[in-house]
Amino acid sequence: MTVEINTPSTEACAICPAHNAAHLLKLGVDMQDWDFVVALAGNPNTGKSTVFNALTGLRQHTGNWPGKTVARAEGGFDYDGQRFKIVDLPGTYSLLSTTLDEEIARDFILFGRPDVTVVVVDATRLERNLNLVLQVLEITDRAIVCLNLMDEARRHGLQVDERRLARDLGIPVVPTAARYGEGLSDLLPAISQVASGQLRCRPHRVRSQSSELSGAVQQLAVQIEAVFPGLPNARWVALRLLDGDGRIATELRKGELGALA
Amino acid sequence: MSNKNAEAVLANAEALRWQVGGDFHENLVEAIYADAARIADRAITRPQQRPRFDLDRTLDRLVTSRAFGFPLMLLMLTVVFWLTIAGANVPSSMLATLLLENLHPLLKTGAASIGMPWWLDGFLIDGVYLAMGWVISVMLPPMAIFFPLFTLLEDFGYLPRVAFNLDNIFRKSGAHGKQALSMAMGWGCNAAGVIAARIIDSPRERLIAIITNNFALCNGRWPTQILVATVFVGALVPAHLGGLISALAVVAIAVLGVGLTFAVSWGLSRTVLKGEVSTFSLELPPYRPPRIWQTIYTSIIDRTIFVLWRAILWAAPAGALIWLSSNWFIGELSLAEHLVTALDPFGLLLGLNGVILMAYILAIPANEIVIPTILMLTVLSARMASVGAGAGVMFELDSLGGTLAVFNAGGWTLLTAINLMLFSLIHNPCSTTIHTIYKETGSAKWTLVSALLPVAMGLAATFLVAQLWRLFGGAG
Repeated sequence: MTVEINTPSTEACAICPAHNAAHLLKLGVDMQDWDFVVALAGNPNTGKSTVFNALTGLRQHTGNWPGKTVARAEGGFDYDGQRFKIVDLPGTYSLLSTTLDEEIARDFILFGRPDVTVVVVDATRLERNLNLVLQVLEITDRAIVCLNLMDEARRHGLQVDERRLARDLGIPVVPTAARYGEGLSDLLPAISQVASGQLRCRPHRVRSQSSELSGAVQQLAVQIEAVFPGLPNARWVALRLLDGDGRIATELRKGELGALA
Repeated sequence: MSNKNAEAVLANAEALRWQVGGDFHENLVEAIYADAARIADRAITRPQQRPRFDLDRTLDRLVTSRAFGFPLMLLMLTVVFWLTIAGANVPSSMLATLLLENLHPLLKTGAASIGMPWWLDGFLIDGVYLAMGWVISVMLPPMAIFFPLFTLLEDFGYLPRVAFNLDNIFRKSGAHGKQALSMAMGWGCNAAGVIAARIIDSPRERLIAIITNNFALCNGRWPTQILVATVFVGALVPAHLGGLISALAVVAIAVLGVGLTFAVSWGLSRTVLKGEVSTFSLELPPYRPPRIWQTIYTSIIDRTIFVLWRAILWAAPAGALIWLSSNWFIGELSLAEHLVTALDPFGLLLGLNGVILMAYILAIPANEIVIPTILMLTVLSARMASVGAGAGVMFELDSLGGTLAVFNAGGWTLLTAINLMLFSLIHNPCSTTIHTIYKETGSAKWTLVSALLPVAMGLAATFLVAQLWRLFGGAG
């Protein structure tokens, strides 16, 4: 089948969704007066830095080995007239243990209060990557899955149903192949909509706990919410306290959670 | 915000923890994994027929196998260096012809025509300009080949496999397996390697990685290794084998550096940096076809130009300094000659000479200027009238035979060459790296250890080799 393409008029372009990428203004490290903060999380070696570079126009060194980003990198971009600051977090497999990388990532998602957290996911290793997604969703409502490395998935003959995934997770899922710039024009509007609150997510929450357990979580979460009204992730804080996370207890004592609420 | 309320929450949490029991964490993790598995399973469909041949797995079996892992690593290194040595030759001499043979006299004529005083002309054109020209012509081509090749391997996903292969040895020497990655970064630049050691969590193992990073040959030292190997080692065999043998000699030094990394890590972890080895999981990422043009572009911009610029920045003042010291006469001899003569006895004891020691003192800011400094000072102290352009003028000799002639006039032997290659591997890190080590460790003590330990080892190694060489009747 062949498709005839006429030269379109510029007016038609401006309203076409495919035109979106052109609204992107890569700001590099210029990050003054941003409107929204975007956190970039994900397992090691899923292409976070590549997505980061594609959005900011920076040339953070990327490499095909886990642990490339040792500290967090920050950059900015302008999309549709709104200015975004984007923070590239170190790759982590989970947010539950206490290595340095995981703490940097967790602290930022929790205390940095990003307007949207983009979890970059390796489409060829979906199951393991979803562990992190589910943990992020315990902390924040405002998240997007960037289903990256779709080119690899195709090469391995995998088909990922991103709509099914989006429905199960309750957040937007955008398939991309960031190395080739594929899908970034869909990622941008998703980021903008979630960050501005236009799109409300109804994230999946891990169920399954015994009734005794969920009762305890519930009880503690209510108490935390009473003490720190407006804290968006009381449930997660309750989970961490029940797990005996000393750092969260310290933050609570210092009032850092309260100050942010 | 009330502290009392926070304490109440914590007390309640503590009480509830006793109720829910100790397997809370396991329950939570299990729940997460179960949900993840269920969701992933619903979203993924695999085609009926699985691919019969999994290239990634087959490649991994090969490159991380016990039998082929190490030989393949060595082969890969040799090929990379051989390509670098063989490929850099022609563009290097073209650049040298342009910058040094054509442009230099032009500048001199220009300076003379506007009546520039001889000292200013000498200082700027013979000192600063020639030093920069030399650095560009000798360093740009090998770097423009080596860095993209290395980055291509990195993008392809080979480095984690190297780390996987070396992990066992690192663990046995009491260091962290991820040190293989910071070491690989050190092959580009030690300062970058020291920063890359941040991926190691344990402070003890991170210190080991930082202190031993200097044994990874950096790009400032590759040119020294490559030139000396080409001129002396390559000359021992027929011409058509020269490139290959030179490449093998460089690989041997690089491998010796890896061996020293293990040895020193072992020594440190059993003396001043005792402790447990921490475990880590290393994911072997999928092989990805590198994006060739993009990789070449970014590695040239990010690495090659960056490193070259740094070399030029340091070469300019060094060139000026050399020109000044060789034109400042105290009695019969210039200042440079006085210094070289004073260092000579000690240098000869080490199987080196005063010129080389002097060059290494001058080259503390940047290893890149070692070779030009050595050539210039050798011509000066050997009083060779026919080459070079005068006192304190750095130059490129247009043929390797010419370079050899200069070395011979300076009294060099094969021992001098071998010991220079050894000393280039085992000596203090450059000042940028030392500064980076201080910034990363925040400790003057460990910075001092990192700076002085390799010098002491280098002096001991060259001394030993020289004594053994002479004992068994070698010339020198």
